[in-house]
Amino acid sequence: MRTEFEITEVPLDVARVVGSVADTAAGAIAVFVGTTRKSFEGKAVRHLEYEAYAPLAERTLEDIGTEIALKWPQTIGLAVAHRLGTVDVGEVSVLVAVSAPHRREAFAACEYGIDRLKAVLPVWKKEVFVDGGAWKENPEWEHERGGEPP
Amino acid sequence: MNPPSGVTVLLFGPAREAAGCSRTVVELSTPVTAATVVDALSTAHPNLAPLLGRSRLVVNQHYVEPDVSIGPDDEVAIIPPVSGG
Repeated sequence: MRTEFEITEVPLDVARVVGSVADTAAGAIAVFVGTTRKSFEGKAVRHLEYEAYAPLAERTLEDIGTEIALKWPQTIGLAVAHRLGTVDVGEVSVLVAVSAPHRREAFAACEYGIDRLKAVLPVWKKEVFVDGGAWKENPEWEHERGGEPP
Repeated sequence: MNPPSGVTVLLFGPAREAAGCSRTVVELSTPVTAATVVDALSTAHPNLAPLLGRSRLVVNQHYVEPDVSIGPDDEVAIIPPVSGG
């Protein structure tokens, strides 16, 4: 399985990331595109701010890749990209793309990838409102025990 | 010559904002347990205290338990509840 991981302040290029997992042996590419919402509990979100513990985040993505390769050995390509810095409402904040011979393992591996990312990736998101801001917490974090796979 | 004292701790997201800095040096003689570092951090930055109990601890980019021993060259990081995605 080949992998490509990117944690960047540059706007994500969906077509390029999806293209990076394309392969003539693949019959399917499953893609998750996470985008930023415009409101939270009725409050208008002005923009979002993301920050990461970059070296640990890169290591964590490598670990998720290893888990996917073990669970779905037929996976051909995995690409994960996460945006950092100031992100406007409606922009892409995260991308997971998986190529595989058939769609079922592509879907399953893609879902696993985004679920694990939400649970363990050391990235923090702040929703900035007109009058202040709020750090978010992923509910998956509650069940997390030190980065160990479930 | 005395060895350098203190443990450098990296802070991110809500922890960084609560403490008002992205890294801080906790004045302690090493080796010291991670739990002691967290206690000292909590005393030095009271605003950070409520979050520390809900955060995980990372040393040299590996998650550790509170009883782990920390030396002067170790990179300690506080990992508050994550919100990537």
